[in-house]
Amino acid sequence: MFNKKRAILLLSICLVLVVAGCGKKSNEGTGGTNGESAGAGDKVTINFMHLWPEGVSAGQNKIVNQIITEYQDEHPNVTIKQEVLDNEQYKNKLKVLSASNKLPDVGVTWAAGFLQPYVDGKLFTPVDDLLSGQLNGKFVSGTTEAYAIDGKTYALPLEFNIAPIYYNKAIFEKYNLEVPQTYEQFKAVVKTLSENGIAPIALGNKDRWTGSLWYMYLADRNAGQQALSSAITGSDSFKEEGLLKAATEVQTLVDSNAFVKGFNGLSNEEAKSEFLNSKAAMYMMGTWELPNFTTNEDIPKDFRDSVGFFKFPTVEGGKGDINSWVGGPGVGLFVGENSKVKEESKAFVEYFVTKWGEQSVTGAGVIPATKVDTSSIELPQLYIDLFNEMNQASSITLFADVQMQANAAETHLNMIQALFGKATTPEKFSEEHDKAIASGK
Amino acid sequence: MDKVLSNKKIIALYVLPSLLLILAIVYIPIVLTAYYGLNDWNGIGAMTFVGLDNYMALFVDATFWNSAGHSLLLALFSGISLILYLVVAMVLAAKIKGANLFRKIYLIPMLLSSVAIAQLWLKIYHPTNGVLNSVLESLGVANPPAWLAESSLVLYALFIPILWQYAGFYILIYYAALKNIPASLEEAAKIDGANALQIAWKIKLPLVMEVIKVTIVLAVVGSLKYFDLIFVMTDGGPNGSSEVMASYMYHQAFRAYDFGYGSAIGFFLLVICLAVTWVIRKLTATKDTIQYS
Repeated sequence: MFNKKRAILLLSICLVLVVAGCGKKSNEGTGGTNGESAGAGDKVTINFMHLWPEGVSAGQNKIVNQIITEYQDEHPNVTIKQEVLDNEQYKNKLKVLSASNKLPDVGVTWAAGFLQPYVDGKLFTPVDDLLSGQLNGKFVSGTTEAYAIDGKTYALPLEFNIAPIYYNKAIFEKYNLEVPQTYEQFKAVVKTLSENGIAPIALGNKDRWTGSLWYMYLADRNAGQQALSSAITGSDSFKEEGLLKAATEVQTLVDSNAFVKGFNGLSNEEAKSEFLNSKAAMYMMGTWELPNFTTNEDIPKDFRDSVGFFKFPTVEGGKGDINSWVGGPGVGLFVGENSKVKEESKAFVEYFVTKWGEQSVTGAGVIPATKVDTSSIELPQLYIDLFNEMNQASSITLFADVQMQANAAETHLNMIQALFGKATTPEKFSEEHDKAIASGK
Repeated sequence: MDKVLSNKKIIALYVLPSLLLILAIVYIPIVLTAYYGLNDWNGIGAMTFVGLDNYMALFVDATFWNSAGHSLLLALFSGISLILYLVVAMVLAAKIKGANLFRKIYLIPMLLSSVAIAQLWLKIYHPTNGVLNSVLESLGVANPPAWLAESSLVLYALFIPILWQYAGFYILIYYAALKNIPASLEEAAKIDGANALQIAWKIKLPLVMEVIKVTIVLAVVGSLKYFDLIFVMTDGGPNGSSEVMASYMYHQAFRAYDFGYGSAIGFFLLVICLAVTWVIRKLTATKDTIQYS
């Protein structure tokens, strides 16, 4: 019966392996900490899930680790355990964890429409007490509001972004082009570039929100900020004259070959590389791209030096103001409602937001949501210019897909792709928007 | 060993662990999915029981039928390409020079992960820097299309890497089946004066028929629930023109936060796959299998 024994042994080994395999996850990305320290008096472990992996966001990752180390040094009884995921994975994991009610103590969230289901499900705890404490008055106005639902704030913003049009000065110089002030001039620039075989605008519309930026600016400049905002919140219609004109204008731009070839099949990263390789002359993107144009050593200095930016030009007869921007807070930190260490987590969030404000400017080159005195630090000119623009902004319209509820946002993004791909008409585009927003999902 | 296999306790010992595992990770989730499909649920908050609403909504959802059409088209293409794979396998199984090398060449795409293949083909299809368009341009095509951006082309552009990815798998299966045919049969046929085509048609094909049936089911069901390459390469776009059932399910559940509806699609997909498998089994059923030896 040797065979029998051996078979059972083999089977047991398999079982052990399977069980071991199941139990051995979630340790990945525990950078800098020694895991839990269970059962030792008032020792506290805070689980922190974020989306700045070292490989993708090196600058941010470094700051996170710095802040955590400092915090642990100052609070020896606290251990911060990190879990790091990539953007898209992060969103999925957050959702799965929510469904099983196992959210981390502290995590990253987006504003408005993204936040809504989590607040409805009572998963995030209000952090209004932090706003009246040490952080009172520290935030740039308009940032925390995006995280407020029914008068309560559910997360503290870390970043604040606006989206300018970056352009390649060298290319502009070569073809004797001036920075356009009006939309007519802008179209003339597009025409010249396209006639000379240079792709005027890098756009990766596979990601869809990238095209949404262009539509939003056209809507803002044609119909005015108010009309756009009320259409998005559903108190007015997308069939408003200026908004219809904006949609028409998108298709006119497509017809004049304003965007890189095959933009509807290119990801934002692919499109960006067209701009970085000087194959496309302009690129509209949020200020989170700034490090690539200022301090990122992986990108040739020649190129970085030749990047400038301009504001989306005004449209003749349009109601928009040139200082009106599309943008909004990037990500913010929440504290889980069911966290066992809520108070400690809140204290950590308060500390993190404060430190992040100081260090993100110099360390990562991103614009924080808290007020920072930049006069005493040496910063790239491009950064300072955009920073000043932000302070002069007459209005900042939150990205449409962030503002809308998840289902309506999906419709919006799909319709954007259809509009750019000329698979729909401006009328149909507006109609679908109104329908999706009215459904309230 | 016979003694071992007749002992009920031993049988249970063998079967139970995997039975429990498969229950936990396959059958229970299927039941749960069917149940979630009966609810209006955003995946986070409370569920509201809505009965068959989600399943009814499926039948009038144009986007869903559109994506189902794409899945069926992929199944059709995979089915047809099986013929090609069989021919290749027959050539390889014949004693040609370098058959071993070719077999490995065909198999290599199988070793790559779908995401790697997607990245590779994204580079090939790139509208301006891609290999494909560079070749076309050098051949004198003035304005080659942007393969992944045009609604009318994108689906077919995606089929090529998908079929290429699985070619090795089916060729290997056919190759193994063909190698199982006793050489004496072929020799006897040759002596009787049959040519290569006749041998392939009259002897080899009937003998590997059972394997062919299995591959048809594999290819068709695999196509119906296909997801990964399409998800990475186009994400169902542009404007839904490469959306398949599985990607639509993902988008509804994880992007539009409509978990109930997503689950309904998932369960419906399972039903379709089962139905198609059943139909194929019925269509290809033969009363007795051919035995030559």
